[in-house]
Formats: sequence, C-alpha cells, structure tokens
Amino acid sequence: MKPELLCALIPLFPLIGFLINGIGFRHISKGAAGAIAVGAALASFLTTAYLFGAFMGQAAFRDDAGPLVATLFNWISVGDLQINFSFQIDQLSLLMLLVVTGVGTLIHLYSIGYMKHDEGFGKFMAFLNLFVFFMLLLVMGSNYVIMFIGWEGVGLCSYLLIGFWNTNTSYNNAARKAFVMNRIGDLGFLLGIFMLINTFGTVEYIDIFKQATSLPVGDSTILIITLLLFVGAMGKSAQIPLYTWLPDAMAGPTPVSALIHAATMVTAGIYMVVRSNVLYTLAPLTLEIIGGIAIATALLAASIGLLQNDIKKVLAYSTVSQLGYMFLGLSATAYTAGMFHVVTHAFFKALLFLGAGSVIHAMSDEQDIRKMGGLRKALPITFITFLIGTIAISGLPPFAGFFSKDEILAHVFVHNKVLWALGVLGSGLTSFYMFRLLFLTFFGEFRGTEEQRHHLHESPATMTAPLVFLAILSAVGGLLNLPGGGWLSRFLDPVFMFSREVNPTALTLELDHSTEYTLMAVSAGVALLALVVAYVMYVSRRAVPAPETAERSLPEQVVYNKYYIDELYDTIIVRPIRGLGDALYSFGEGLVDGVVNGVAWLVRQSSAQLRLMQSGSIGFYVLAMVVSIVAIFALRFFVRF
Amino acid sequence: MLTLFLILYPAVAAALLLIVKGERVKQVALVAALVELVGAVAAFAQFQPDASSQFGFDYAWINSLGIRFSAGIDGISVLLVLLTGLLVPFIILSTFNRQYDRPALFYALMLFMQAALMGVFTARDGFLFYFFFEVALIPIYFLAAMWGGENRVPVTFKFFVYTIFGSLFMLVALVYLYYQTPVTGGHHSSAIADFYQLKLTPAAQGWVFWAFFIAFAIKMPVFPFHTWQPDTYVESPTPATMLLAGIMLKMGVYGLIRFILPIVPLGVETWGKTAIILSVIGIVYGSIIAIRQRDMKRLIAYSSFSHVGLMAAGVFSQTETGMQGALIQMLAHGVNVVGMFFVADVIFSRTNTRQLDQLGGITRTTPKLTVYFMIMLLGSVALPLTNGFIGEFLLLHGVFTYNHYLGLAAGFTIIFGAVYMLRMFQKSMFGPTSVRTGTFADLTSSESLVFVPLVIMVFWMGIYPQTFLKVTEPAVVNLMKYIGASAVSLK
Repeated sequence: MKPELLCALIPLFPLIGFLINGIGFRHISKGAAGAIAVGAALASFLTTAYLFGAFMGQAAFRDDAGPLVATLFNWISVGDLQINFSFQIDQLSLLMLLVVTGVGTLIHLYSIGYMKHDEGFGKFMAFLNLFVFFMLLLVMGSNYVIMFIGWEGVGLCSYLLIGFWNTNTSYNNAARKAFVMNRIGDLGFLLGIFMLINTFGTVEYIDIFKQATSLPVGDSTILIITLLLFVGAMGKSAQIPLYTWLPDAMAGPTPVSALIHAATMVTAGIYMVVRSNVLYTLAPLTLEIIGGIAIATALLAASIGLLQNDIKKVLAYSTVSQLGYMFLGLSATAYTAGMFHVVTHAFFKALLFLGAGSVIHAMSDEQDIRKMGGLRKALPITFITFLIGTIAISGLPPFAGFFSKDEILAHVFVHNKVLWALGVLGSGLTSFYMFRLLFLTFFGEFRGTEEQRHHLHESPATMTAPLVFLAILSAVGGLLNLPGGGWLSRFLDPVFMFSREVNPTALTLELDHSTEYTLMAVSAGVALLALVVAYVMYVSRRAVPAPETAERSLPEQVVYNKYYIDELYDTIIVRPIRGLGDALYSFGEGLVDGVVNGVAWLVRQSSAQLRLMQSGSIGFYVLAMVVSIVAIFALRFFVRF
Repeated sequence: MLTLFLILYPAVAAALLLIVKGERVKQVALVAALVELVGAVAAFAQFQPDASSQFGFDYAWINSLGIRFSAGIDGISVLLVLLTGLLVPFIILSTFNRQYDRPALFYALMLFMQAALMGVFTARDGFLFYFFFEVALIPIYFLAAMWGGENRVPVTFKFFVYTIFGSLFMLVALVYLYYQTPVTGGHHSSAIADFYQLKLTPAAQGWVFWAFFIAFAIKMPVFPFHTWQPDTYVESPTPATMLLAGIMLKMGVYGLIRFILPIVPLGVETWGKTAIILSVIGIVYGSIIAIRQRDMKRLIAYSSFSHVGLMAAGVFSQTETGMQGALIQMLAHGVNVVGMFFVADVIFSRTNTRQLDQLGGITRTTPKLTVYFMIMLLGSVALPLTNGFIGEFLLLHGVFTYNHYLGLAAGFTIIFGAVYMLRMFQKSMFGPTSVRTGTFADLTSSESLVFVPLVIMVFWMGIYPQTFLKVTEPAVVNLMKYIGASAVSLK
C-alpha cells in the first residue's frame, strides 16, 4: 500500500468513528457505539504497527532512513508562504503514534465498562475518538501549523470532556479554565510560528531544521522563537505559571484524566521541544530557563501532592510534577531521556488513573482517600496493578520509572549538580505521596459508609484487562532503554542528527559507569526511604489525614491550599480584567460617545449661531462681502495656491 | 453582464415583491434570493483567477462629466459578491418562524439592500461606488427604524446621521481625486482605475487618507468611531442586524482595500501606523467589554467590533498575508456572525430574553442547537480547521510582521475571544435550567436549514481554503504593486 494512504488512514479511523458516533449517538446502541470507538482506535494502532514494521524493515537495509513525508494537499498558500497538509513519519512520530494509539485503545476499552451507565455514553466515545484524531494530527504533522491544528484540537476535546457532565457549573468552569489557559500558551506558540515563517520562509520541519544548522549557537532570533514555542508548551504541558488548569481538569470522567490529562495530550509540549530539538540546542539560554521552570514545577506540584486527599488530585499534581521532570531532562539536552520518560509515564500514569477509576467505580463515586482503606481485599486486581504503578512512578527498581527517571537525573547531574539534588529531593517526595496514596486506599481498615462497603466490587473485565496490560508495560517498560545505550537511544538517534551537527558535545553523556550506578543507588535509596516513612506513618501508625475543618499550622495550611495560586491569579488577573471590562463599558463607552455627541452638539450650536447672521440686512451682507474679498486677496498675496 | 444582473435583479425583485400579498411573500422572497445566489455562485465558479475585472458592464451615465455606470467583479470583489449572494437567502429563511408586520415591505427592503450591496462591491466608478454606498443606508435604516426594538428611533437616527456624516468626507475626497485626473475627451475621469494612476503629493495623500479613513472607519467600525454600533445591532430586528454585521460592515474593509491602499500609499506610509494602532485598540477594547456583557446580542456586537478591528489592522499591515487574511476573513466573519446572531434569535424566540443570567441548561433538550451553536462558536474563536482560523492566522501574521508588539496585542483576541464566547455558551447552554429554558424546543427543520450552509462554509473554508484563496491571490499580488516600496514582503 502507498505510504501516503497508510499515513492518512491512521487519523482517518478515529475521525470516522467520531462522525458515526457523533452524528448518530441517539440511535446507536451502547454496545455498537463502544465497538465502533474501540474498533477505530484499534484500527489506528494496527495501521501504526504495520507502518512501524515497514519503516524498521526499510531502516534495516538502508542507512539513510530519513523521514517519510506524505503530502495530502496544499492547505494554505499565500505568496511565498506554502503550508501543506502533510504528515511526517520518522522515529519520533512513530514512537508517539504507538503510545497514543496503543494506550488510547486500552483506555477506550476501559471506558466501555466505566461509562456503561452514563446516558451520554455514545457522545463520550465520540469525543474520545475525536481526541485521538487531533492527537494524531499533532504528532504526525510535518510542519508546525499541522501540529498547531492538533494542538488546539486536543484542547477543544479536553474542554468538551472536562465539562462532559455539563449540568455541574464547577465542572464547566474547570473546562473553560483549561481552554483559556491553553489559549494563552497557544498565543505564544502562534507567535513562535510567525517568527519561524519570517525567519525561514517555511513551516516545514525538515526545511527549517536544515537551515537552522547554519546558525550559530546562541542566535538571538532562535532564542525568541524557542521561548515563544515554550510558552505554548507551558500551557499544554502544565508548567509554571500555566499549570493550575490541570488539577481542575480532574472534573472530567476518569478515563479522560488517564488518556488526555496524563498519558498523551499533556506530553505534547515535550514532544514539541524534542521535535524542535535543533532549535533548542541552538538556544542554551532557553534551556536554562526551561530547567528553572521545570524543577520549580516538579517540586511545587510534588509538595502540593503531599497533602491532597482526593485520589485524582494527588495523581494530577503528580502528573504536573512528572512533566516537570521531563522538561528538566530536556533542559539538559537529554532529549531521548525525556521521550523515554514520556513513554514510561504514559504507561504507569494511565495505569494509576485507570486504577483510581476502578476504585472510584467500586466506591460509588467516592474520591476522598480518607473514606477508603483496606480495599486490597475487595479489589485484588486493581490493588496489584496499582501497586506496580506506584513502584514504577516512585523510581524503585526494576520497574519502568526507575530507568527513565534515572536517565534524566544522570544527564542533569552532569549538567548542573544543584538541579540534580533538587531532582532527587522531588523523587523522594513522589515516592512518599504515592505510597501514602496507596496505603491509605488499599491498607488498614475500611473507613467508608456501610452502604459503600456493601457495594464494593472488583471492576468488570473491560476495565481490569487494560489495567493488566498497562501493569505489564509499567513493569517491563524499562527494557526499552537500559542504561548504556539502549534500544530507544539507537532508534531515536537520527532525530537528533541536526542537533549533533550544531553542537556535537551536547548530546553525549560524559559519565563513567561507577558514578552512574552511584547516582542510581542514591535516588533509589531516597525513594525507598520515603516509602519506609510512608509505611510507618500510614500503615504502622495508621494515621489518617485530618478532615477539612481541622486546625492546621501555617505552612501546612499554605500547602494544603495549593499555595493560594488560584486565589492569586484571581486577584491579579481575572478580577482586574473584569473590572476593566465594566469600567470600559460604563465609563469608556460613555466618554467616547460623549465626544461624538459633543461634536453633534457643537454643530447644532454653531448652526444656531450662524443662522443669526442671515439677518436680512443688506448693509451687513455688503460688509461681509467686502471683508471676504479683501481677505481672499490678502491670502493670495501671501500664499500662492 | 452577470454583474448587471446581480445588481439589478434583486432591485426588480424587491419592487415586484411589494405587490405580493399574504403569507406567500416569505417564500417568494426566498426564491428570489436563491436565484440571486445561483448568480453569485456562478460568478464565483466561473471567475478566472487573474487580476482582471470580469463579467462587467460599462455604460455612459453622466456624460458631460465622464461619470460612467460601470461595474465588474475582480479578485477583491469576488468573495464579497459570494458573501452577499450567500447570506441573504439564509437570512430570509431565518425569519420563517417569525412574524413581521407588513412582510412585503420588510422583505422588499432586504432584497433592495442586497442590490445596493452588490453595487458597492462591484462598482468600477468612484461616484457609482459612492452612490451605492449611500443607497445601501436607506433600506437598512427603514428596517431598523420600523421593525426595531423600543429604543429604535434615537438609535437609528444616530446611526444614520453618523454614517452619512462620515461618507461626506469620502465625497470630498472623490471630487478632489476626480479633478486630479487628466482631461480626456473634454472631461476628467471618475474611474477607480484612473484614480490608481494618480501621483498625488504627500500632503494631498495625507488628507485624502483621512477623508476615506473616517468614512470607512465609521462604517466598520474602528475604535473610536464605533459607539453607534452596539445599540444599533441590539435595537435592530435580527435579520437587519445580520445584514449589518454580516455584510454591511465589510463595505468599510472593502473600501480600505479598494481605495486607500492603492490610491494613497504615501498616506498609508505616514498614517497607517495610527490606523493600525486604533484598530488594535479596538480589538482589545471590544473583546474586554464583550467579556462582561449580559445581553447575547450586545456581546456578539462587541465581538464583531473586535474582529473587524483585526481585519482593518491586517489591511494596514500592507502584507500579502494581512491582505489575503482580510479578504478571506470578511467571508468567514460574515458566515460566523450571522450564525451567532441566529442562535441569539432562536433563543430569544423561545424564551423572550437574551439575558444570559436568565438562561441556562438549554442543551438538555436541544442536541441540534447545541451542535450548531458549538460549530459557529468554534469558527468565531478561530479553531484550526474552521474558517475563522485561516483568516485570523493570516491576519495575525500580517500584523505581527508589521510590528511584533502590535501583533502580540492583536493576538489577545484569541484568548479573550475564547473567554467571552465560552462564557456565553456556558451560561446559555450548560448548567441548571431556568424558568424560561425548562421546556426549550429544539430547532425546527427550517431553522436547521439555515445552519446547514453556514456549517458547510465553516468547514469548507477551514479545511480547503485554497478554493477561496486562489481566486483572490492575483488581485492581491496586483494590489501589492501599488503599495510598492512600502510593502513588506515575506522573509
């Protein structure tokens, strides 16, 4: 089959699934709707797998296995600006495609069980398909504008799915907040694209990156471009200061949190930076800024996670924190490590969210971990898989998170020791809040109501099967890239060809093996220590977090209230803009209109005065005539016209 | 000759409509407008993508002065001809479930309006342009003043006087330009093409710039000439509002492109920055006010004011992307704003209110309305793959290329646009139902039919904009030649 057709099929399946379920969702039975949606995602996955196989086969006998660009049509053409609707298949997009369609299919399957009783089931499945469509455009596009279509499209789906239960006003507000915050980032992205157009005359990745190799490291235009693009990444990947939408996004149904707000969409920012790796390699200052923002985000979010009592909120802050780690890796030009963590994080965070969904399902929609406890007996599969996910995210060997996080930290260590120390601290915090979550949920005594206890049940197979799949992936995902040049490093290597050209030393890791093993031991040791502390607190001493109303010490209160960042934004941005809107409407409009009416008044007044001159007195008319004639002659004398 | 048909036919149809009696008048008006649509689509489909003026006619009019009755369609006009032909039948269709007094006169005025608008967008003679520019005001004035809301009399009077006042400046400029043209055959020429050949002094270009700019700025409107607009949009009956926002404001943008840029390039060089700053102020100012509006129609009015500011800014950026963006955005905005006003009209017809705080929860009973409203909204907030994106992307690129900071300021439209549009959507469609929205009936089939062509346009222009971009491109390239040295080219 022609590669163009094959490429086009990948996003086409979910689009068709969306159209069928979206247009006919009142007439299609739930069973059929679920089958169509899962089938569409699965068809995409299988096509991707086939394409992957073909691509690898080609790479085996050809060294110059460059990217495959499939142009569908000329989308926007204005003068010299040509924007094609085209896809680029290379190692990076294939990796993302596999993750999106693979994890996506599992989450679609899970949703059948999770959303079974919802009256909007067909609509939900349609939105999930639409999301996959846009996410595929995002990662497959061969230029920044196609990426931007996907970028904004996934934002729309995120909006639709966060506010899926739209009778609830606070959910709707969360959805709107997510869309608007993302739009702030998108403006940066858009301006970045404009600068790319004006600098390189094109938006195609290949053309831009080729031209960029002739620029010096530290070029000021590239600096601004990379910063603008990163503003977009801050919005989509929830970095300081644009992260507050992500915890609120947990208002959406849990599969949405797993798919969009953990595994795929929020990693788009990392994908974008890695895709633009040559530009970022050319802008060391931008990388420093990213490093600062990333570590601050990682630690801030992790510290908030320590005190949250909503099972999904803990996972949400954990996601923000892990995204910080990925950017931290990128800031040390550890692009492969960043992508590695994207992949492993997609496995274990999707697993954790789906596990949380299974718990919420069993607990009759209860999300407060203070009211759970002892669930491991009633939910054995959920418990085991959640445990695997927790170990993986905490960075304990030998599960996936250990390898990806340590690879990031190893690069950061070489780059900047302080950032490394802070990173290890954050990894300790991660381990603590995750085990706290695990212990409070699955260990100890059940703290919910009798009715909830009566209801407890393990989830159906459509939900547990994805958990098992993801648990296996979380357990063995580390094999993708074992220390010392694993498969993923070799596979992704061609993607960084231009980066290596502009700065040959940036991408190599200058670290001897003994140091590397020491670093691993240190971070694993810290994570283990945090695990022990959490065990002592929540299992041995059976501590339960205090209720909402309890007295808290000042620092605890600040953290518990998320450092009052939402309140701060409300005070310094939202309310001033509203006030300005009111002021401009009542006062500004009055002022402008007053001037207009004033002019009208002036005309009326002066015409009233001028009317008086038509007095009917011949003498006055003659006088006026003579004066005018003199004036005209005088004027002609001085001014020649 | 097609152009002559497009101008005269709706006027004749309007006159004939006055003798039709009873309920049939709506149907007859719709059929009449559909015939015009066929003509407009034919013009668009057969248009040869080059810089020439096509399907034209040229008759003597005021012979002693050399003023000619001459019109034709070129790349600048073609999308506006399509817009005028496309929107009017669906605006008429949108009234099928409403009752207006004296329907024959009502629909005749709408068709008459269409004739005048076609004339504005195709005139090749300066005075003919002026003639249609003023004639277009008459039907819309009566539509607003006779069928409008409670406060219609002072509001429409202000609108009428304000716009007439503005166009007088343009008349002075036109007369001046006329006398600057060389004398051939015993008289000067008022052909717009001859105006393009003039080499005016910088000083003359300065005041001619302002004379035109004020006329067009009031029409669009550009900040601070806009205060007639929100009240007029709110007080007018919704079909008239659709004509005003959907088509009539494009007369202003069209004027900027047709007259100001090619005739007074030095004026643009001197004063363009002032104009672009005013436009950008309008973008931000309008959208911040829109965030706080409670009345749906007033909110859409301010959003329209904000959007048109971006079109003006794009034109004055003197870039090819800005110009192409303005041309395609005129079509896109016309489609979207008519859709939005129709949503407001549908909601008003069932709840008797447009106040957002009295609405809510409508989506529970209205899957069709929800989907159409959402699609029109996505077009308005310029989501990629909808029509709004193509226009805004090109326009913002133009403004950004002209000046980075102005581009950034103009870019706030994509943030604030999302804020006020999603707020409107949420307050009306989501959340708990109110007393008025509890038993909201979904769209009737004729109402759905209004949305169908609009939705098709939203996606067609968003997914395959080349259909439209390629017909305007040669004309834009040609126009860039007049701007010449002051033009900023890509890269």
